[in-house]
Amino acid sequence: MGRTLAEKVWDDHVVRRAEGEPDLLFIDLHLLHEVTSPQAFDGLRKNGRRVRRLDLTIATEDHNTPTLDIDKPIADPVSRVQLETLRKNCAEFGVRLHPLGDVEQGVVHVVGPQLGLTQPGMTVVCGDSHTSTHGAFGGLAFGIGTSQVEHVLATQTLPMARPKTMAITVNGELPEGVTAKDLILAIIAKIGTGGGQGYVLEYRGEAIEKLSMEARMTICNMSIEAGARAGMIAPDETTFAYLEGRPHAPKGEDWDAAVAYWKTLKSDDDAEFDAEVVIEASELSPFVTWGTNPGQGAPLSASVPDPASYEDASERLAAEKALEYMGLEAGQPLRSIKVDTVFVGSCTNGRIEDLRAAADVIKGRKVADGVRMLVVPGSARVGLQAVSEGLDVVFKEAGAEWRHAGCSMCLGMNPDQLAPGERSASTSNRNFEGRQGKGGRTHLVSPQVAAATAVLGHLASPADLAAADDRTPAGV
Amino acid sequence: MEAFTTHTGRAVPLRRSNVDTDQIIPAHWLKKVTRDGFEDGLFEAWRKDPEFVLNRPEREGATVLVAGPDFGTGSSREHAVWALQNYGFKAVISSRFADIFRGNSLKNGLLTVVLDQKTVDALWELTEADPTAEITVDLEAREVRAEGVNAPFELDENSRWRLLNGLDDISITLQNEADIAAYEATRPSFKPRTLTA
Repeated sequence: MGRTLAEKVWDDHVVRRAEGEPDLLFIDLHLLHEVTSPQAFDGLRKNGRRVRRLDLTIATEDHNTPTLDIDKPIADPVSRVQLETLRKNCAEFGVRLHPLGDVEQGVVHVVGPQLGLTQPGMTVVCGDSHTSTHGAFGGLAFGIGTSQVEHVLATQTLPMARPKTMAITVNGELPEGVTAKDLILAIIAKIGTGGGQGYVLEYRGEAIEKLSMEARMTICNMSIEAGARAGMIAPDETTFAYLEGRPHAPKGEDWDAAVAYWKTLKSDDDAEFDAEVVIEASELSPFVTWGTNPGQGAPLSASVPDPASYEDASERLAAEKALEYMGLEAGQPLRSIKVDTVFVGSCTNGRIEDLRAAADVIKGRKVADGVRMLVVPGSARVGLQAVSEGLDVVFKEAGAEWRHAGCSMCLGMNPDQLAPGERSASTSNRNFEGRQGKGGRTHLVSPQVAAATAVLGHLASPADLAAADDRTPAGV
Repeated sequence: MEAFTTHTGRAVPLRRSNVDTDQIIPAHWLKKVTRDGFEDGLFEAWRKDPEFVLNRPEREGATVLVAGPDFGTGSSREHAVWALQNYGFKAVISSRFADIFRGNSLKNGLLTVVLDQKTVDALWELTEADPTAEITVDLEAREVRAEGVNAPFELDENSRWRLLNGLDDISITLQNEADIAAYEATRPSFKPRTLTA
């Protein structure tokens, strides 16, 4: 019987397999950041251990870093200590670090692919659940806890139980104006926040094949929000074209050998998945969340659901609590929801194509009165690229704030936070209670919806902008 | 890691599903660089409500958390496990845990027990009606016992062995050094390196 893509990559990394034990997997790339590594380095020190493979390890600063005044000392003393701790640890153990201010600094999941370090068929780990992003290249990439960070630092391996596989087949083409973000939000709403538990998801089908690498990263990034530890997409010409010429991509004969291997990385026709979900792309439209977990979403054209409509008692209770927290009424059209803040950025939607898409919508328009819009590039390089294309000017002329790279308001570990009761449209990945600041309310959206929402002041799509233009008499 | 064999204690019934790790320990607590001192951050937002179950005087000293389905979703932060342990919890019972949280808990000696929702409902009813009711989580016998409840649970033999003996994963893996070195010798040259030689 044939094997799935996940099984092929898994099998290629088994260091040791023994009855009654989890497989010991070799890890090709270990990404570090300041939040989940200090206790791991402490563990190494306590036990007199070293980093086994410095050449497969790289660190950057992202979660705590400010997006303003980055040349000044970090105001929050606790954040400062955490960043200084990473710097000390990297210096002591010899780990390559891209600190704040460095041109390669940025959100760890933007930095890896951008450097060409993330490649097909690799195992990639990081003490961050959105490591699933890297699966877009056809590798196995999963988030790990700090104990596992220490384990990988010390051994370059991880003992892991073999996951089940789930195919998510997206047939047809995404309609005009429907993005990868809308697709993944719709997938999560369909299978639920626990639907992917225990599985590696493989996204495939015509709609997936047509996506750019950056759009594929958006899809794989949010696999964890469906409960799956990893999501992956088979590499193809789009993948190879993205990688070729990047700083750490193979060169010369190595490139040819790599591509030959990468071409074998797809699920065999007779491979069997443990589960399969089929989505018709043509049925999708811009999708937003109304609740406090990423599975609580609906098409923008819909209304806030009535908790009473849920048959499952725990889902009903969750919807009731969500509406209470979000300050929403059942039956309220999603388009009527007014926001205070719009955030464009994060490892989900902070890459150059995302910024281009948002800029394209907002160009020549103004952010609505009373709305604050933050645009935070996913990495310093993405920021530079955007500036070279004049996107920063587009955003600033519209009244948005153009910031420096980092995780920023995705999780509010730096000063970029929502105030209690404030509501955001956010291109990030989690709408959990208080995620973007204590008492803050989050609606997850695509970059295009974020930009249109900023202009109209309520949840909206670019199509709504065009309709609003039509209603405005010429010359007014 | 501290070994876990069997534990008996009073419970905190938490009737919520999808308790994500941002609720268990909010992000601003993650700036700490230690493994301890997270107890005051546990469920920080909900604890502002004096009626929240953890704030009830009769729950003081409880050590078993009985939670709704999909406990521990979201971020990979191990701080969520440390916060529960720092607060005094020894075991968490739910019908479904998020994968990363579950893995983190078992690596720290916090026993996460999966029971069907019916049994969780029974434990909720029992411990809500009688806050002094005790729950025993017995890893040796692989069962949860309480008044009117005697429920076996599954845990893979390897995880159970590590927990019962309080074994450190890294030491076990390092015994396979020869296997790791042999694997490394076979890796193709096109695989990327972060450092240039």
